[in-house]
Amino acid sequence: MPTILLREMQKDQSGTITAVKVGGELGRRIRDMGIVPGTRITIMGRAPLYDPVAIRIMGGTLTLRNSEADYIEVEIT
Amino acid sequence: MSKTITIALAGNPNAGKTPLFNPLTGARQHVGNYPGVTVEKKAGAYTFPSGEEATIVDLPGTYSLTAYSVEEVVARDYLVQEKPDVVINITDASNLERNLYLSTQFLELGVPMVIALNMIDVAQDRGITLDAQRLADLLKVPVIPILARSGKGTPELMGAALELAKKNTPWNPLHISYGEDVDLALQSMAQCITEAEFMTDSYTPRWLALKYLEGDSQIQEKGRKNNPAVNAQLQEIVAKVSGHLHQTMETYPEAIIADHRYGYLKSVLRQEVISHKFDIDRLHASDRIDKVLTNRFLGPLIMLAVLLGLYKFTFTYSELPVAWIETFFGWLGGNLSILLPDGHLKSMLISGVIDGMGGVLGFVPLIMFMFFGIAILEDSGYLARVAFMMDRVFRIFGLHGSSVMAYIVSGGIAGGCAVPGVMAARTLRSPRERLATLLTVSFMNCGAKLPVLALLTATFFSNNQAQLMFLLTLLAWGVALTAAKILRLTVLRGESTPFVMELPPYRFPTFRGLLIHTWERTWQYIKKAGTTILAISILIWAMMTFPGLPQSEEEYFAQQRQEAAASLATETLQREEKLAAIDTAQAGSALRHSLAGRIGTAMESVSWLPGFDWRTNIALVGGFAAKEVIVTTLGTAYSLGETDPEANASLAETLAQDPHWNPVVALALIVFVMFYAPCFVTVVCISRESGSWKWGLFSICFNTGFAFLLATLVYQGGRALGFAG
Repeated sequence: MPTILLREMQKDQSGTITAVKVGGELGRRIRDMGIVPGTRITIMGRAPLYDPVAIRIMGGTLTLRNSEADYIEVEIT
Repeated sequence: MSKTITIALAGNPNAGKTPLFNPLTGARQHVGNYPGVTVEKKAGAYTFPSGEEATIVDLPGTYSLTAYSVEEVVARDYLVQEKPDVVINITDASNLERNLYLSTQFLELGVPMVIALNMIDVAQDRGITLDAQRLADLLKVPVIPILARSGKGTPELMGAALELAKKNTPWNPLHISYGEDVDLALQSMAQCITEAEFMTDSYTPRWLALKYLEGDSQIQEKGRKNNPAVNAQLQEIVAKVSGHLHQTMETYPEAIIADHRYGYLKSVLRQEVISHKFDIDRLHASDRIDKVLTNRFLGPLIMLAVLLGLYKFTFTYSELPVAWIETFFGWLGGNLSILLPDGHLKSMLISGVIDGMGGVLGFVPLIMFMFFGIAILEDSGYLARVAFMMDRVFRIFGLHGSSVMAYIVSGGIAGGCAVPGVMAARTLRSPRERLATLLTVSFMNCGAKLPVLALLTATFFSNNQAQLMFLLTLLAWGVALTAAKILRLTVLRGESTPFVMELPPYRFPTFRGLLIHTWERTWQYIKKAGTTILAISILIWAMMTFPGLPQSEEEYFAQQRQEAAASLATETLQREEKLAAIDTAQAGSALRHSLAGRIGTAMESVSWLPGFDWRTNIALVGGFAAKEVIVTTLGTAYSLGETDPEANASLAETLAQDPHWNPVVALALIVFVMFYAPCFVTVVCISRESGSWKWGLFSICFNTGFAFLLATLVYQGGRALGFAG
């Protein structure tokens, strides 16, 4: 299955996170919210101007800016 | 002997801490601030059915215990330094895995803990079954299912907390394995810490080592101050393992640590703790609502309607109570003026104290209504959607999606008020974005600027008044956002705070929760801002009164009065008029003679640039008390006597005939009034909300400088183009 960046995912597309390639404050924040490798995510939708993106993860909904989604790689399933 | 037990409530934001805290402590709450930061500290008293007394501290909601935001630092410092007897960790059962991430960190810290599984009804609706007993056995802490809103399970929860507190067990940190590389580094660091007794009186060695590896800036800073040598030694080990991890796996120590924490949780939950009946991606009721409310086309329209509704609600419904307060203080002032003899005491009591108190309390209904409206948006979960939809636009200016509310309330729709606007910025959690919002909301056209703008536009631009007023609203937005961008590129420079944010499921707010929310915030305004505002109000009164007219001038006016009385003794009406004219003339010269007047006159040396004379300058000084005072003060300076800001026909006439005034001067003044120093009530609120007088002072200087520049551009540009004729 192909691995793509979270930014490139379409609405309602699902996959499993394979890597979160960022450290520092942003990296820690992303992981605190449950975005870690091995977790399943689904794109719930995008804001009216296509950014930020809303994702379903571990039963909750999170929002991320596209620039932040760029660090997250997902294997589409 | 029974001592008071301390219980800390901790958990993720939206996990339901407040619905648990409020019924437990009821009215026995105390809201304050943590020292040095603007995070609210809420504590309350609770009595167990068995008679033991407890203090419950509601810690700020956090996702983690690493120093990422002020909230996290505050929560962690409280736990480590105050060492509560027991922590009640509230978790959202419908989103357990993410919520338990924080619980894992409490376990690693070792604090005695009870886990409350909140919202089990929501979890059930979503087809999630949880085995609380199994989870308790695996984590080795009590786990109690509750429904915080209805109070179900709360007695059991408090019972478990009491039992644990009574046991008085020493802290027992959990050790999780983070894989070979990190574990080895942890071991050598812990050894190093133990040997040097490096901050071991506050922290356990392993936990300290872990924070170093996680890159926790607060702990590292403390360590550097405490013992630079050991700190350097630890940093070296961190650098080594970081380099190794980056080379071999392209990852970071904090990533490995987070992954292993989640790994530990997954292994616990997999042991028949949790089971899902439905597909995990199934749409919940909340998602269906979002399909409409955040829809590409409908979403923004509905949001506009909601924000307009909030605005109407705040400013329309508060009109009546505001009018009551004004009437009451007017009545009080009127009565005092009859009772007291003329003189400085009377003038101070009426113009300083009563007007000042009226000023403080006059804002209370506004603030209450606004916070009630915002509490509904916040508690229902809609506010997060507003931030989600607006973020793309506001990010361009270095702000956050949530900034929109503060702008709208401040006068983004002309006629708001910057005081509740500044307070609305509380909903922002990112520090730099929040400060930029705080400092720029006062550029909006608040209700107090409108009489000034209306007077000037009606006098000099009567043909296109409506269009001009609309353009001025757009100008306010443009200038506020541009100023925010300038601030974010200069004094508030820095990366934008990560937006990663939760969209909580929609919920019906509880009425009790809304009332408590509203009351707390309003009371804080009265208590904290109120006293300062009163003091400054008296100060401004003094500035506009002292020093009084010199003896010779007083005598001159007294003589004029006598002459008038003598010559017109028979015709009462004419005599009254004449006497009144002398009074206003005296008030005019007294104002010019006062400190404010002298400042105004002295400022003519620079104010010729934007084209203002001393009368305008005095009015602008007075406008620092409240923008609508500009009209009244201008009236006094032109010796027109008492001017009603709403009915100012005589002032408009005077201005139109005065050769000094023309449309270019008027436009320069409009621009200046819109953007110069916020009124001092706003300044006080900015200082309170930002936690420092520095920012209040900054807003005075920055705004006035900015406005001066713009007004000068308008005046000099207009003159050069020949519009000043």
